[in-house]
Amino acid sequence: MLKIIRNRFEQGCKTTSYPKEPINLYKRYRGLPKINGVCDAAMVRQCAAICPQDAILCEERKIDLGKCTFCGRCENVAEGAFVTFSQDFGMGTSSREALLCDGTLPALAEHSKKHFKKLFGRSLQLRQVSAGGCNSCEADTNVLNTPFFDLSRFGIDFVASPRHADGIHVTGPISKNMKTALIATYEAVPSPKVVIAGGACAISGGPFYGSPEIVGDLGALFPVDLYIPGCPPHPLTTLHALLNFFK
Amino acid sequence: MDKLLQIDNGQAVKRSILPSVPFARFAELLDDFVKNDGFIVQFFAFVEDGRNRLLAVMRNTQLYVLTTEVGESFASLTASSNEKFHMFEREIAEQYGITPVDHPWLKMVRYHANYRQVPDVFGNNYEEDIPGNYSYFQVEGESIHEVAVGPVHAGIIEPGHFRFQCAGEEVFSLEIQLGYQHRGIEKMLTQVAMKRLPILCEGIAGDTSIGHNLCCCQALEALAGISVDPGARIVRSIALELERLANHIGDLGALSGDVAFNPPAAYFGRLRGEFLNLLQVLCGNRFGKSLVLPGGISQIMGREQAKIIEDKLKELEPEISHVCDLLFSAHTVQARFENTGIVSKKMAEDLGLVGYSGRASGLEYDARVAFPTEAYGPLHANRNEMVNGDVYSRASVRREEIMHSMHLIHILLSRAGEICAKTTMAELTLEPDAFVVTVNEGWRGEVSHCLLTDKAGRIERYKVKDPSFHNWTGLAMSLRNQEISDFPLCNKSFNLSYCGFDL
Repeated sequence: MLKIIRNRFEQGCKTTSYPKEPINLYKRYRGLPKINGVCDAAMVRQCAAICPQDAILCEERKIDLGKCTFCGRCENVAEGAFVTFSQDFGMGTSSREALLCDGTLPALAEHSKKHFKKLFGRSLQLRQVSAGGCNSCEADTNVLNTPFFDLSRFGIDFVASPRHADGIHVTGPISKNMKTALIATYEAVPSPKVVIAGGACAISGGPFYGSPEIVGDLGALFPVDLYIPGCPPHPLTTLHALLNFFK
Repeated sequence: MDKLLQIDNGQAVKRSILPSVPFARFAELLDDFVKNDGFIVQFFAFVEDGRNRLLAVMRNTQLYVLTTEVGESFASLTASSNEKFHMFEREIAEQYGITPVDHPWLKMVRYHANYRQVPDVFGNNYEEDIPGNYSYFQVEGESIHEVAVGPVHAGIIEPGHFRFQCAGEEVFSLEIQLGYQHRGIEKMLTQVAMKRLPILCEGIAGDTSIGHNLCCCQALEALAGISVDPGARIVRSIALELERLANHIGDLGALSGDVAFNPPAAYFGRLRGEFLNLLQVLCGNRFGKSLVLPGGISQIMGREQAKIIEDKLKELEPEISHVCDLLFSAHTVQARFENTGIVSKKMAEDLGLVGYSGRASGLEYDARVAFPTEAYGPLHANRNEMVNGDVYSRASVRREEIMHSMHLIHILLSRAGEICAKTTMAELTLEPDAFVVTVNEGWRGEVSHCLLTDKAGRIERYKVKDPSFHNWTGLAMSLRNQEISDFPLCNKSFNLSYCGFDL
């Protein structure tokens, strides 16, 4: 008992005061890209050529954040001439098109569905479905339940049964072998329900795009309400998206 | 050891010097090898000039390679020799449609059509989406009942199907069917542009991003003949240790949660994040994705980053040791951990368990010491004390390795400052007609990649092995005659990868 108390004192309270106070992530973290719209075309092509995800649209000078794994090669190869990554982790969007990013994203809070806020603003229960990913999205979603983030203080919880859930949070590129189970889970959630695509894989197949063993796009199965980009999304990206979309 | 070719970890050799023997001799040599303290690192099929071939990489104190040619079937080594071959042979049957005749448990591994478009060994129709198109092993009897769990589990975890045969609370048999995470990675690795390889390998198992990508990059470096700065090797080793720390600490927290002892679960959960944040300090990603590239690292570790890591370790070391003490000295925890989910040394040897799962049963093997890569050469090993093969042993190996890894990082940081330039991904020219095998000690154990290039220097066959490939069978065996309520605890003590297994 004494040991528990001693440890409790040593650990203290570690819960972040986000969103009341901002969090600054370390400068190497790569969040929302800043894009130089007047960058030399040859340089843009060089960045596109090195991009492992083919996420750079040369003509439009945009980055598809739904494909991007934020590996930073484009920033590195051109010394930031075309792209530099900011530490802004707020990257959730309510539409796939909005992820084709010229350096800005629409304010998520203003694009969420009004009835969602009314229905789920005070209590949101989600069923997480891992569908063919690498487990880093799952791990960084799980982290939201640790004392630092303490997700349940916002009235948001991950629940065991789809019957108890208001929606599903899907990670992974949806392997063919997981498709049936995912659809069954979706159908088991009572309506009205929310569908969240967490991470590059669920949005576009991520690193596995082009594989015949995956569906590669959650939007091809169900209407998606919320897109959270990243490989994996930083826990704060997910938290920011959930709070802005539902609160 | 006639006929076996001794090969170094990460050494590219011409395919023409790989020894090939008739299958009967191949079976004899492998049988002899595994019965004399030898283990299988890789055992897979590939097609060469239209002929089916098998290739085995084995280890005792060194690595060896041997190949043979087979037709549409071969006599199962699982049947004639040892359990170590069992999962490999099932994989060969699934990937190449080659039947291991008399295999005692010939069952699909991941549920996908074979690469050669020949009739399926298991008679599956892959137009049907769901794995599980299979009659599970059943125990019959008046008081027997069956529990089926998954693929979707009650938590934020990966999918897999577990089938228990129980009498009351007691589990007679646990059958584990995976494959739900199958993304076709091995095939993709031979087809996609080179620039995608590191990112794909980081996605084999996200919690082992560094481990798998190191294997990939070391193999590409060997085949392209490029060298790596000593400073970069130090950073890669630090990253591998940070990955180990984050996962071990997270698992101790989860184990604590599984026995309903909440304080350490909460503390370890937060402490795990601190180590993920250190990986983010190194490279901008909490799982170390994007850090390792063929030829080095994408971002150098400057004084600033080294100091952040050093200071953080100093701050966390006493906290971790106190929370460990809290966990391991609680008698309620001891009562649940001790004598639960025992895997004997004999069984661990027979199954070829690796990593902490093997070490907890008394198999000392640690690839960092046996086949050192990167900056591991002069570093000392951790010798774990507890070797009872139960949950307590697997947990206490983690505790020791946490302390050991933090010590290694201190040593590595004191050597930092050696020459290191940052690398960008370049198109590499690989040696044609070559073979390479790489082995690293990921946090779960031995990670290994094998590459075979063709006449034009393209990757013809890419074989990935995650330590979970060996260890899932260990979990199934540990549940025999255990209470089903101990399953979460046993499962967490192994904490195996679904995606690393499923590929």
